[in-house]
This record gives sequence, C-alpha cells and structure tokens, in this order.
Amino acid sequence: MGNKKKKRMSLSAKRSMTGFLFILPWLIGFLWFYARSLIMSVEFSLSELTVNPGGGYSLKFVNLDNFIYAFRAHATYKQVLTTSVGNMLIDVPLITFFSLFMALLLNKKFKGRTLVRAIFFLPVLLNSEAIMDAMNLVRTMMSGGISSASAEMAEAAAGSGVGISYYIEMFGALGLPDSIITYISGAVSRISDIINASGVQIIIFIAALQSIPGSMYEVAKIEGSTAYETFWKVTFPMVMPHIITNVVYTVVDSFTQSEVVELAYKTAFTDKNYGLSSVFSLVSTVITCLILVIVCRFIQKRTFYYN
Amino acid sequence: MDKAKKKAAPASVKNRYRAFMADDQFVNDRIRWGNNAKKFILFMFRMVLIIGVCYVILGPVIGIISSSFFSDADNYNPMVYLIPQEPTLGRYTMAMEYLDYWRTMSASLLYSLSLMLIQVFICSMVGYGFARYNFPFKNVLFACVVVMIVIPTNTIMLPLYMTFAKFDIFGIIKAIRGSEVNLLSTPIPMYIMTAFGCGLRSGLYIYIFNQFFRGLPKEIEEAAFVDGAGTLYTYFRIMLVNALPSVVTVAIFSMVWQYNDTFYANLFLISNDIVISKRIATIEASISNVEKILDPNILELFVDAGIVLIMIPILIIYIALQKQFIEGVERSGIVG
Repeated sequence: MGNKKKKRMSLSAKRSMTGFLFILPWLIGFLWFYARSLIMSVEFSLSELTVNPGGGYSLKFVNLDNFIYAFRAHATYKQVLTTSVGNMLIDVPLITFFSLFMALLLNKKFKGRTLVRAIFFLPVLLNSEAIMDAMNLVRTMMSGGISSASAEMAEAAAGSGVGISYYIEMFGALGLPDSIITYISGAVSRISDIINASGVQIIIFIAALQSIPGSMYEVAKIEGSTAYETFWKVTFPMVMPHIITNVVYTVVDSFTQSEVVELAYKTAFTDKNYGLSSVFSLVSTVITCLILVIVCRFIQKRTFYYN
Repeated sequence: MDKAKKKAAPASVKNRYRAFMADDQFVNDRIRWGNNAKKFILFMFRMVLIIGVCYVILGPVIGIISSSFFSDADNYNPMVYLIPQEPTLGRYTMAMEYLDYWRTMSASLLYSLSLMLIQVFICSMVGYGFARYNFPFKNVLFACVVVMIVIPTNTIMLPLYMTFAKFDIFGIIKAIRGSEVNLLSTPIPMYIMTAFGCGLRSGLYIYIFNQFFRGLPKEIEEAAFVDGAGTLYTYFRIMLVNALPSVVTVAIFSMVWQYNDTFYANLFLISNDIVISKRIATIEASISNVEKILDPNILELFVDAGIVLIMIPILIIYIALQKQFIEGVERSGIVG
C-alpha cells in the first residue's frame, strides 16, 4: 500500500520527501538534544533538583527562587556576568576592525603571503584549553625573560622597561576623557587575546574582499576616485554584509570562553547546585541573544546589499 | 672657516634641490621617485605590522618549544633566554611516559578521525538537503540550524548530562535490559550526538556545506538525472566530489577541534586514555607526586614538552593540507 501511495505522489512532493529524508538525522538530533534540552534547562532553573541515589533525579518546583538567589544573594555571579559582558563589548568592535584591517593588508599580493596566512590561522587550530594556558604562561614569562619566572625578575624588567602609567598620565594630560583612556589601555593590554581570537574573522573578510568584482575597482579608477574614496565607496559597502557574520561569530565565541560558562560549570559539577547552574546558563544565553539581535539590527540598517 | 663650510653645505644641497625641482627635464624622475618613496613607506608599514602580529602569534609557540628543551641548570640561569645552554631531551621522555604517548595519541587520533568522518558524512547530507530541496517549514528548520550555532553549548550541558546518565530510546532499552544505560565515561554519547548532526559545532559545518552546495550550478544534477543516476548516486558520486574544497575545510576543522575539545570530554567524563588534550591537564600533578619535583617552574617545563607532543599531529595535518585548507575556507562559503 505504501508503494501505491508513493507512485501517486507528484514529482514535487517526491522531491520534497527526498529532501526531508536528507535532513532527517539532523532533525531528530535537534529535537532530541537541543529542543528537549532547552526545555529541560528552563524546567531545571525553576526547580530544586536532587539527584537520587539510584540514579535519576527529582524536581521540586520552587518558582523563581533560583533567579532571585542568583541576582540577590550569590557572591560573585553579578560581578562575573558584568565583566564577561563588558569584555565582550570591548572585544567585538576591536576584533571586527582589527580583522578587517588585517584582511586588507593580507589581501595584497606580496612575497610569503601564504606563509603569513598560515601563521594567522594557527591560533584557530591551537585553541585547546591546555595549549592556551601554557601559552599564556610562556607569554608572561617571555615579557620578563623566559627563564626568570620569579616575581623579582619580572619586577626588575618592569622597572627598567617602559612604564605604562607614564603614558596613561600623558594621555590624561591631553584632556582625553577617562572612559576612552581605559578603553584604549584595556585594548592594548589584551592585544594578544584579540589577535588570537580573530583568525576565522580574518579569513572571512579575505574571502569577502576577493568576492568583490574587479570591474567595480576599474570603474572607480576611471571615474578618478582616490584610494581613500575607493575604500569607503566600494570596498567597505561590499564587505558590510560579512560584518554581521563576523560579529555573530565573535560574540558567540567570546561568550563560550567567558568566566560565566566556567562558573556555571563549577556550580553544576562541583557544588551540585543544578538549578542555579541552569539559571546562570539561561541568563547568559538570553543576554547573548539580545546583544546579537540589537547589534544585527543596528548593522543591518546600515548595510547595503549588492543583489 | 668651519662655520663657512657648515653654512655652504646645506645651501648648496638646497640650491641643487631647487634646481632639480624647477627643471622640467626631470619631471618624470620626480614623479617616479615620489611614487617609489610612497610605495616603500607603505611596504615598510605593512611589513612591520605583519611581522609584529606574526611575532605575537608565534612567540608563545617558540617559547614553549624552546623551554621544553631546558635543563634544570638552564631554568635557574637568568642569563639563558630562549636558547638553552645544556639542552636536554629528558622533558620529552618523561612527558611521553606520563602521557602514555603512543597509546593515548593513537586512541585520541582514532577518536577524532572517526568523529570527523561522521561529521563530514552527516553534515554534508543535511547541508545538501537544505540547499537543493524544497519542503514545508524549510526556513523555520534552517533557522533552527542557526540557533544551534548561536546558542552556547553550556546552556544545554546539564540536560545532556542527565540524558546520557540514564540513556533510553522511548523506553525500549529499559524494556529489554530492565534499566536505562549509563553511557557516561564512554565516548558513545559523542558518537550518538555526532551521528544525529548535533556534535561539536555541527551547526557551523551544516551552514558551510549549505552555502557551498547552493553555489554549485544546478545543471550538474540535472545532467546526472537525465543520464539516469539516482538521488544517492548523484549525491555521493557527483555533488560530494564537486564539494571537495568544503569537505577538506570541514574535515580539518572538525578533526582539529574534536582533538582539542575538552568541554564535551569533561561533560561526558570521557576517559583520559582517549582524549589526550584532557590528559595533559593532569600531567603536572602526577609528575610532581610521583617524581617528587616540587618546583612549579620545573614542572612547567614538562607540561611544555607535553604540549609540543600534543601539537605535533595538528601541525603536521595543517602543514600538509594548508594550501587546500586556506583555499577551501576562502571558496567554501563560510561567507554567506
């Protein structure tokens, strides 16, 4: 009977059936692991979860108690959340512009371009936690001489070297507002983080730059525009749609590596407070999504779509 | 006398410069010199920036490699910087022993390789389905793929943990065995999730494949259909072969990220014998306990050697496939 039914199906119905079969494994997985888990997360966050000795768990509905505890009583959560969000807000524009700038540099032909591109992509591949930790340690050691991990040597190096505070004072004397100075000094001190976090973004921008038709540049040249005008009138608008892709990628990436995630993980598996951990995760997810929506709206209004 | 000389010299240069600028005979030279100077300054600017950034990236890697060869004496000698005076391979032999290197490494590579094959197979299929077929709710479903990319994995980690701690499929397993299975501390949860297109960053891979398949001309498939090829034949023998750049991209990404992943490995309590990047976290403690080495600086040298050992396969894969990979990323439609 199934056969008969299939024979009577129209071609388009048949094709849509085939397409559905292609995505079926993912659909099952999505419903099973993602949709169900999200619902369960919400459920956990509204209840007190106790693990039964024989395995399994029981839920006791506690209304919004977990949320209230997280925001009113928890010692570090608010602070961790604000620093994480703050770091992200600092990082996103910096990474976006830095990677656009580097992509513009790398898009030009020069000797050893392949090598440089390979090096730029290295941090993406070496993003394991252990490797990152070791690298951070080595980085601090190298700035004070690699063999001299002791605090004295680091201090001596700092004393003989450049005093950062001197420059900060100098900028202060110029009359720049404090918030800008903090932003800039924050950016400078995180420069290696920013470089390491922008591998994928640089590649995306390079691809975007290469997809701009050469005829546009020819037209601009014939019309007599300068390099500066060409950048703002041709290159930038054409790259604009990919800025959204990059911003989304950056926001998600920086949030998955933030302290909030660590805290949520610790609360669940060290302190065994599953409900609270769900609250932490859910709140950070909601904030991420909100930021994404706002930023995308903001950029999309200013984006020019070529097709 | 001296004064006169000093005065005369700049004056004559100035005069010669003036004459040069005024003389029409040299107009082309002037333009060329100006252009060359501009080009040179730009070139220098670019070089300084690129070399600087490359140093920031490569510096720690070089630091790790060099300090993994340090002997104790080098470590305590403040005159030694980067190049050890008495290089030793002792760090490597010890790190290899404590990592159980060959066994763990082969298990780890096998684990990430098999997951990579599943990822490529499933994600390319799903991406193809989204790119080439129309079915009801297609846009909503594709939005779900994007949701999968955007939602941080930590949001669903607890439910996943619970799901696999008492694993069951519609009560079937319970009916047969009498109780649910605990799949934690085995790699099976990772395989199940990957097989259902929800593995490590599967959403991103589906997105990449979808973009790439959408860019391929429809005529290829039509020709295949006219020649009598079935759906599956067309997909495996024609579409997937044409999608080779994105296959390479996804393969490297998923291989390396799976190899580096500690999040899922910790969540599912997967054994250290399978995931080498998890094992490196304990090497410091175990060496310090067993070998009675208490100086954290010395212990760090062992960790450095271990890190180099872990990085070697990634670097080999990357250097071997680097060209295809970079080209693949650029052409394979991470760009929408």
